[in-house]
Amino acid sequence: MTRALGWLATLGLLGGLVMGFGVAPREVTQGNVQRIMYLHVPTAWVAYLAFGIVFFASIGYLWTRSDAADRLARASAEAGVIFTGVTITAGSIWGKPTWGTWWTWDARLTSAAIMFVMYLGYLLLRSIIEEPEQAARYSAVLGIVAALDVPLVHFSVYWWRTLHQPPTVMKPGPVNMPPAILAALLVNVVAFTLLYTYFVAKRVNTLRREHEVLA
Amino acid sequence: MRFARRAWIVVWKDLTIEGRSKETLNALLFFSLLLLFLFQFALGPDRERLASVLPGLLWLGFIQSGLLGLGRTFVGERENDCWDGLRLAPGDKSAIYLGKLAGNLLLMLLVETILLALFAVFFNVDIGPAVPGLALVVGLGTIGLAAIGTLFAAMTAQVRARELLFPVLLLPVQVPVLLGTVKATEAVLLGEPLGAVAHWLRLLAAADVVYVAIGVLTFDFILDG
Repeated sequence: MTRALGWLATLGLLGGLVMGFGVAPREVTQGNVQRIMYLHVPTAWVAYLAFGIVFFASIGYLWTRSDAADRLARASAEAGVIFTGVTITAGSIWGKPTWGTWWTWDARLTSAAIMFVMYLGYLLLRSIIEEPEQAARYSAVLGIVAALDVPLVHFSVYWWRTLHQPPTVMKPGPVNMPPAILAALLVNVVAFTLLYTYFVAKRVNTLRREHEVLA
Repeated sequence: MRFARRAWIVVWKDLTIEGRSKETLNALLFFSLLLLFLFQFALGPDRERLASVLPGLLWLGFIQSGLLGLGRTFVGERENDCWDGLRLAPGDKSAIYLGKLAGNLLLMLLVETILLALFAVFFNVDIGPAVPGLALVVGLGTIGLAAIGTLFAAMTAQVRARELLFPVLLLPVQVPVLLGTVKATEAVLLGEPLGAVAHWLRLLAAADVVYVAIGVLTFDFILDG
């Protein structure tokens, strides 16, 4: 089952590559650099999805005390941190040629960075507590706090930046997308979602086996 | 009524201990004074520059002393082996949370008031006309800081490397509070009407409601087990 998911993700990513480099046209103003979008946007979407799942799995754990919910939360948080890291890195590489800087304290960059450190803290908490049941309980609470904080962070950094300087050049990508570009983006979004699902399924499996061995 | 009474007992206990030892309060005030010196040394005597960064400095000071104070929320219970006492306390555990939160709020507001007065003296700022606005902003910000701080203090109380973990967990979550309070303080100190920063005040109020609600709802899960 997990293996099939892996192959499906591989197929999706291959399709995504073909779409991103072959089918989608070269963007007029930015050139080939714009193709980073096919990595940047899907990983950002997956990161939010992953942390959303951490939130629901955390509530599920506190509600039912089921180890499966805890394993899902942990696996999803790990994947989420990786994908957030990829999003920030890809965005940075995209930002250098288009905005002329690796990093700027733009609203979306800032909120992604804060989300990144928040969930790094989550993983740190998990790794520091040795007692599994306590780790599950505490990190479930943190998973809920972090997820509910994300909208607050989003609004605060948005106002923080945009009340002073509205985004003029800082809006990456065209608003009205040509169908070929949109199609390539959607294929990649599906592919990366499959990849995320595969990572989580795989990690949940290893966590379960770890639990069985230690029990 | 019983709920309020149980919360009050926690406040009363903590305030009595603090009133007799004054351990945390004295250390925090001393620390705040040192922070003021550090800010002055780091930024130099340039008045213009100081004035422009003052709201940020003020809140850095509040957050630094808050981190130290909040981190000690459960130090008495831990060092004197009274953690189980809290766990065995009858009834809804959120009363303990609200009691601890109220105690922290009182302590932080006291330290912040004194720190603010020291700021006014050392950096020669006239905060007189801004006091009502400042009180509102500081109050809203401190509730947010203390609400999550108290919850995380309980979470890290029984964990190794807690001194490290506590700020690392708390600081990123507090970004909205820090941004909101700094912006609102800036406006208040410049003499702008509160209406100009109404959106920040609403955000702070929303953050306070969300944080306190999370604390009340999840504190039980931290204590039990």
